Amino acid sequence: MAARDKHGSGPPHGGAFSVIGQPARKPDGLAKATGEALYTDDLALPGMLHAKTLRSTVPHARLKRVDVSRARALPGVLAVITGADLPEKYGVIPWTQDETALAVDKVRFIGDPVAAVAAVDEDTAVDALELIEVEYEPLHAFLDPREALSRAEPRIHEDKKDNVTKHVRLEFGDVDGGLAKADVVVEGEYSFQGTTHAAIEPHCAVARVSGDGLLTVWSSTQITHYLHRALAKVLGLPEARIRVVQPALGGAFGGKSDPFSLEFCVAKLALLTGRPVKMLWTREEVFYSHRGRHPMQMKYRTGATKDGKLTSVDAKILIDGGAYTSFGLVTTYYAGQLLTGPYDFPAYRFDSTRVFTNKPPCGPKRGHGSVQPRFAFEVQLDEVAEKLALDPIEIRRKNYQGAFTTTVNGQRITSSGFGQCLDAVEKASHWKARHGRLPFGHGLGVAGSMYISGTNYPVYPNELPQAGIQLKVDRSGLITVFTGGNDIGQGSNTVVRAIVAEELGVELDAVRVVAADTDLCPVDLGAYSSRVTFMVGNACIDACRKMRAQVTQALAEKWGVEPSRVALVKGEALEAGGEERRLPVREAFQLAEARFDTLGATGSYNTPKLGGDYRGGTIGASPAYSFTAHVAEVVVDLETGRVSPERIWVAHDCGRALNPVIVAGQMEGSAYMGAAEAVLEEHQIDHRGLVVGPNLLDYPIPTSLDTPELHSLIVESVDPEGPYGAKEAGEGPLHPAIPAIANAVFDAVGIRLRELPLTPARVLKALKEKRARDDAAGLKVAGGK
Amino acid sequence: MLRLPRFDVQEPASVAEALEALARHGDRAKVIAGGTDLLPNLKHRLAAPAVLVSLARLDELKAVRVEADGTLVLGAMVSLDAAGAHAEVLRRAPALALAARQVSGPQLRRMGTVGGNVLLDTRCRYINQTHFWRKALGFCLKKDGTVCHVVSGGSRCVAAASNDTAPALLTLGASLSLRRADGERTVKVEDFFHADGTANTRLAPGELLVAVRVPAQRAGHRGAYVKLRSRESIDFPQLGVAARVDVEGGAVVDADVALVALQARPVRLKGVADLLRGRREGEAALETAIEQAGARAYQQCHPMPNVPGDHEYRHEMVPVYVRRALKAALGSA
Ligand SMILES: Cc1cc2nc3c(=O)[nH]c(=O)nc-3n(C[C@H](O)[C@H](O)[C@H](O)COP(=O)(O)OP(=O)(O)OC[C@H]3O[C@@H](n4cnc5c(N)ncnc54)[C@H](O)[C@@H]3O)c2cc1C
Ligand code: SF4
Repeated sequence: MAARDKHGSGPPHGGAFSVIGQPARKPDGLAKATGEALYTDDLALPGMLHAKTLRSTVPHARLKRVDVSRARALPGVLAVITGADLPEKYGVIPWTQDETALAVDKVRFIGDPVAAVAAVDEDTAVDALELIEVEYEPLHAFLDPREALSRAEPRIHEDKKDNVTKHVRLEFGDVDGGLAKADVVVEGEYSFQGTTHAAIEPHCAVARVSGDGLLTVWSSTQITHYLHRALAKVLGLPEARIRVVQPALGGAFGGKSDPFSLEFCVAKLALLTGRPVKMLWTREEVFYSHRGRHPMQMKYRTGATKDGKLTSVDAKILIDGGAYTSFGLVTTYYAGQLLTGPYDFPAYRFDSTRVFTNKPPCGPKRGHGSVQPRFAFEVQLDEVAEKLALDPIEIRRKNYQGAFTTTVNGQRITSSGFGQCLDAVEKASHWKARHGRLPFGHGLGVAGSMYISGTNYPVYPNELPQAGIQLKVDRSGLITVFTGGNDIGQGSNTVVRAIVAEELGVELDAVRVVAADTDLCPVDLGAYSSRVTFMVGNACIDACRKMRAQVTQALAEKWGVEPSRVALVKGEALEAGGEERRLPVREAFQLAEARFDTLGATGSYNTPKLGGDYRGGTIGASPAYSFTAHVAEVVVDLETGRVSPERIWVAHDCGRALNPVIVAGQMEGSAYMGAAEAVLEEHQIDHRGLVVGPNLLDYPIPTSLDTPELHSLIVESVDPEGPYGAKEAGEGPLHPAIPAIANAVFDAVGIRLRELPLTPARVLKALKEKRARDDAAGLKVAGGK
Repeated sequence: MLRLPRFDVQEPASVAEALEALARHGDRAKVIAGGTDLLPNLKHRLAAPAVLVSLARLDELKAVRVEADGTLVLGAMVSLDAAGAHAEVLRRAPALALAARQVSGPQLRRMGTVGGNVLLDTRCRYINQTHFWRKALGFCLKKDGTVCHVVSGGSRCVAAASNDTAPALLTLGASLSLRRADGERTVKVEDFFHADGTANTRLAPGELLVAVRVPAQRAGHRGAYVKLRSRESIDFPQLGVAARVDVEGGAVVDADVALVALQARPVRLKGVADLLRGRREGEAALETAIEQAGARAYQQCHPMPNVPGDHEYRHEMVPVYVRRALKAALGSA
């Protein structure tokens, strides 16, 4: 049975932490900064071929003919494959597998992969694509989710009964009664535009088949384990004949958490040709593979009493999923399930529907499923405060649910530092003196949020640990730790290294982390749902405590003291109190090896049973929740309508900051990304189904000059079940960014924008309308006198 | 990464050699200066030259100098970064320096040249895209096709002049020194561009731009350049406005405003001098005249949905940016 909350939240030997809580550099930081780090595209194997993908130029069509004969005949081309070569379906969630590596019978969006070519070099592969003939029989393309909801034919996926991916309706408490008894009810429609991750590194995969038949796939993935399973299924090979490795990775943000076409294509092409094959996507192809944040149309109704206590929340959400399901099942639930903190909802209903459309598939992006509803709700909460003439921070404080409680939908909340988060941003921003008092055009806005630290729902049902760790302790004093965790830049390898150093009393550079290699490392489910620090961290403590027990026992026996008197700290083994004996820790390891045999240990983690007792009750049920509050300060240019977020104060309760530099980095990165989604970014599809400008010039991500001043305020609530009390910090801190900015715009100029992004054109239009309204009101008043 | 088409590169050591190479290869050749416009366009398969004639080694085109009569001469290969920082450019042609400083981002300004900026190809949201994308859309007039996606039924490409320096050069009355194997000529910037998005300059085949010549300005010369874009860096103009205001004895004696990113060529605003002339600094009449210039610009300029950015919004921004350009120029003394 996998271990969980039995380690407590203190250091291994009582006293103070020596490594945990200290700012430390990432082990791979220097290599990345100097260019030494090896990314997937840096791999060059002898005899390696280069592969390219032919993609659909139409949004929805039956494939009548795909003729690859001319491409195959081009000198330098070694293999050409189509959907017929890889017909097996896959998808990250077992019961919604609806993708194939290359189109079979149909294409479903502009950019859907149709064929792949392996050639001696990229140019030849590009030329070969031009020689493939494809005949399409066009079908009606669904580009508006409302149409996809109301019209079942033609079906985008013919094995479904209509164009709906998933519909969830859940109700907790007496929603209508709560609204009826409310003193004030605010109703509104909100829309989120859809955005993409724009990780710096485009997707890349390399495959090689060795003489003994082992297939190795290197890929820029954040889910080595699921990819391993998917490759086995699609290629019809036993998992034991496949090895998946994640090299250094240049950002993912959720955009690399599905198995992707290129991984199957390089594997198949390597199997067919017997030569290594690489495929590197262009930026444009990354825009097509997408899996970005879903566009959502959201209706909310919120009721509250005169003194600002919420009575009821009612939500209806339409989610534009794009052409495939991806994590869509989870998205549909997360859109509703994750809103029930940090505020107490006495009654809550959500009705959430994800539909298919003929657009690039959406998926998980940092803050999966819950960023959009959070925007809608936090803006609406501000409107409630406005109606009741309450301070926006006060109304949030008033409704704060507190720690160690259960939400209306049955989620167990353990530690919560949300109250301190509110205090911290209020103080740092000088809210009391400045909110509502800044000159016209300048404003402050607040928002709060909650997010999961992993979930107890593994994407395929199983009783196995969610995270595992293996330790090898060497006579030299070096410890090698093997983790399946995917470090995608968030710093999970740094966390693992720090935990090992803390537990076994070695310096950081005496710990080597080997990660995300299915041949070498125990399974971890991957870097998604903010699960890695919590779960891998706990597994790591588990393994270390077993190892530590052996080392301390060996020493205790030698010194003739109780094992509890032996401490391992910063390269030394020492006797606490007593005769204060000490020894280099390396010698302690040797004693232990002599006493117990070759040193090694494993550790694992699994969640306790969690979640509400109803269908879907476990989705979004997390062993611990993180909490965040933002105050954003904006300037609105009254002539151009441009909203400039000037400063953002981010207070985040991460339980315990294992490494405060990395936590602050995640908080800043989150606020940056959220601010961009508030005012700048939009993954736009035009009326033909084409991505508007699939490149980083047309899709603007903020430059350093467009980035607000970011202030990270770390709050530590010390969770009873997290590793040393830690919770997540990678996704939660993004959530309040968007509504805090929208609310600041209201404070600045008195307009409520419910449609994202807050483009200058939209802001200017709203300003004009407001001026017209104010003038009319002024006239009325004047006329009445 | 997108692949470049295959081509040869020649690196002549003198202007004469370069001209000779251009004459020899005819329309199989293209000039490459910094390559920051050309190479992305080649990746997008908007051209497929067999030979690139590089100007990288032509040190004779890399100098900024001032002639005896006060004419400022910038060699075509002066980088935008150098142009924007050069004391003489800042002093004699502030609008040009400000425009150069607002092109793209720092790396590209170090590679990109003044000559390349003058000769920047026109831009359109439907053309500066990959071959695949344009194929899925349907090719257009500017390259490989017969329709226009901006003006439906249109028979002429309206891709927008998007070079930041062009309007500044217009307001400065600048001219261009052009050289061919068989001779040279000087053309005024205002005569150099024409309203055809497929090819908006009068550069002749085999011709090199060797220098940009800015005549001496009046003693009270003031200038500025302002730019509408989504980010503070990197982005091409969604609207660019250059202004020149000459002030003597506290009164405006002459003024000029030019705009870019509207249509295939940079355009001059009509009647600005008449509005501003004689108005005195600090007086309300000058403010009113600036307002009027903005209003006039709104009537004269009609942004099309050619470059990114909502075109109606860009229209609304015309008076705002014209006012800002004039005020920035006046305030720059
Ligand atoms: C991401 C990005 C952002 C950009 N943003 C901006 C922007 O904001 N504003 C802007 O104005 N530009 C922008 N640019 C375009 C470009 O960087 C600049 O216009 C630059 O000045 C071009 O100069 P170059 O030397 O690189 O030109 P090149 O690419 O070398 O040449 C451009 C064209 O001019 C021709 N040419 C160049 N020099 C000569 C010469 N001496 N004689 C004859 N023909 C010549 C070339 O054949 C080619 O057709 C951007 C480019 C990129 C990639
Ligand atoms: S203006 Fe028309 S013809 Fe010219 S590039 Fe744009 S779409 Fe093509």
